[in-house]
Amino acid sequence: MERNVAYIALFAALIAVLGLVPQITLMSGVPITAQSLGVMLCGAVLGARKGALAVLLFLVLVFLGLPLLSGGRGGIGVLAGPTAGFVVGFPVAAFVTGLVVEKWRSAPVVLAAFVGAVLGGVVVLYGFGLVGMALKLGKTLPETAMLLTPFVAGDLLKTAIAALITKGLSQVRPGVLLSRS
Amino acid sequence: MLTLTSPVETRLHRLPAGAKLAALALATVAITPVAGVAPALGVTAAVAGLYLAQGWRFAGHGVRMLRPLWPFLLILALWHGWADEIARGAVIALKLVAVVALANLVTMTTRLDAMIAVLERLARPFARLGLSPRVLAVSIALVIRFTPVLLARAERLAEAWRARSPRRPNWRLVVPLALGALDDAEQVAEALRARGGL
Repeated sequence: MERNVAYIALFAALIAVLGLVPQITLMSGVPITAQSLGVMLCGAVLGARKGALAVLLFLVLVFLGLPLLSGGRGGIGVLAGPTAGFVVGFPVAAFVTGLVVEKWRSAPVVLAAFVGAVLGGVVVLYGFGLVGMALKLGKTLPETAMLLTPFVAGDLLKTAIAALITKGLSQVRPGVLLSRS
Repeated sequence: MLTLTSPVETRLHRLPAGAKLAALALATVAITPVAGVAPALGVTAAVAGLYLAQGWRFAGHGVRMLRPLWPFLLILALWHGWADEIARGAVIALKLVAVVALANLVTMTTRLDAMIAVLERLARPFARLGLSPRVLAVSIALVIRFTPVLLARAERLAEAWRARSPRRPNWRLVVPLALGALDDAEQVAEALRARGGL
C-alpha cells in the first residue's frame, strides 16, 4: 500500500515537472511540452492501473488550482476550455499504454512501450481530444481533425522517445518496470 | 509552490468553496444552450462585470488567466470570417470565454486548503471502495512536496549536462530523472511504513 501510494505520487510529480521544464528541446531545437511524455511513461513504467492513478492524482492537483499543466495552466477552467478532451483522455492514455506493456510480455520492452504509447498517447488521447475540441469549438469531427493534424507528428516523436526512455530505465536497472514485474 | 489563487483579496474569497463550485456547475449548464449574439454577449459582459466588481487589479489577473485561449479564438475568427458566418463564430467564442472565465473565477478566489477540504468531502463515499481520505491527503501532500524537489533535480541534471556537452540538454535527461523519482518512491514508502503506515 505505502509503496503504491509513493510510486503514484512520485510519478504524478514527474508529470508536473515534465510540463514545467521547457528546456527539453527536440533535435530541431523546437521546445515541446513533455507533459504527454510523462503520461506515457506513467503507463509504461508503472503499468495500467497505477499509471492511470498517477495521472488522475496529477489532474486532481491541477483542478485544485495548481498551475501544473504545461504553460502554467491549472484550475477547473481547464475542464471548460477547448483542450478539456485531452485532459480527460490523459488517464485513459496512460492506462492503455500500461496495458500493452503489461500484456505483451513476449515483445521487447522498447517495442511494447512504443506500440503502447502510440495506441494510448496518440490514438486514444487524440480520440478524446478530438471530441472535446469539436464540442467546444462547434466544429464537426473531420474539421477538428484537420486542425489537430499538425500536432500528430510531434506526438509520434514523443512516443518514440517514451519507448527509448522506458528501455533505458529497464537496462540501467532491470526489474524497475512495475508494468512487467 | 504558487497556486492560481489571486493574492488580491476579494469578497468572493470569503464565500464557501462548495457553494462556489455548485454555482459554477449550474452556470456552466445554463450557458451551454445560449444561442444568438446578443444573449452570448450579455453572458460574457455579466462575467466581465463580476471580475470588474472585484477591482481592476483582480480583473487584470483574470485576463492573464485567459491567455491560453487566444490560439483558439484566432482559429474561430479565421474560420468563421472565411466561411462568412461571423455571428456563429462570435457566439461560440463568447460562450467559450465566459465559461472558462467563470471557472477561473472560482479557482482565483478559492484557497488550496478550501479546495482540498471540498475534495475530501466529495471523496468520502469512496472510502468504502478502498480510497481512504488519509491516503488521498497523503498523496496530495507528497505531490506538492516532491514537485519542487524533482524540478530542482532536473535543473541540476541539466546543469551537469551543459558543463560536459556543447549540445543542449535533451530528452535523455528524463532517464536519470525518472530513476531518481523511482528511488525517492522506495524511500518514501519505507518512511511511511516506519511511521506506522497508511
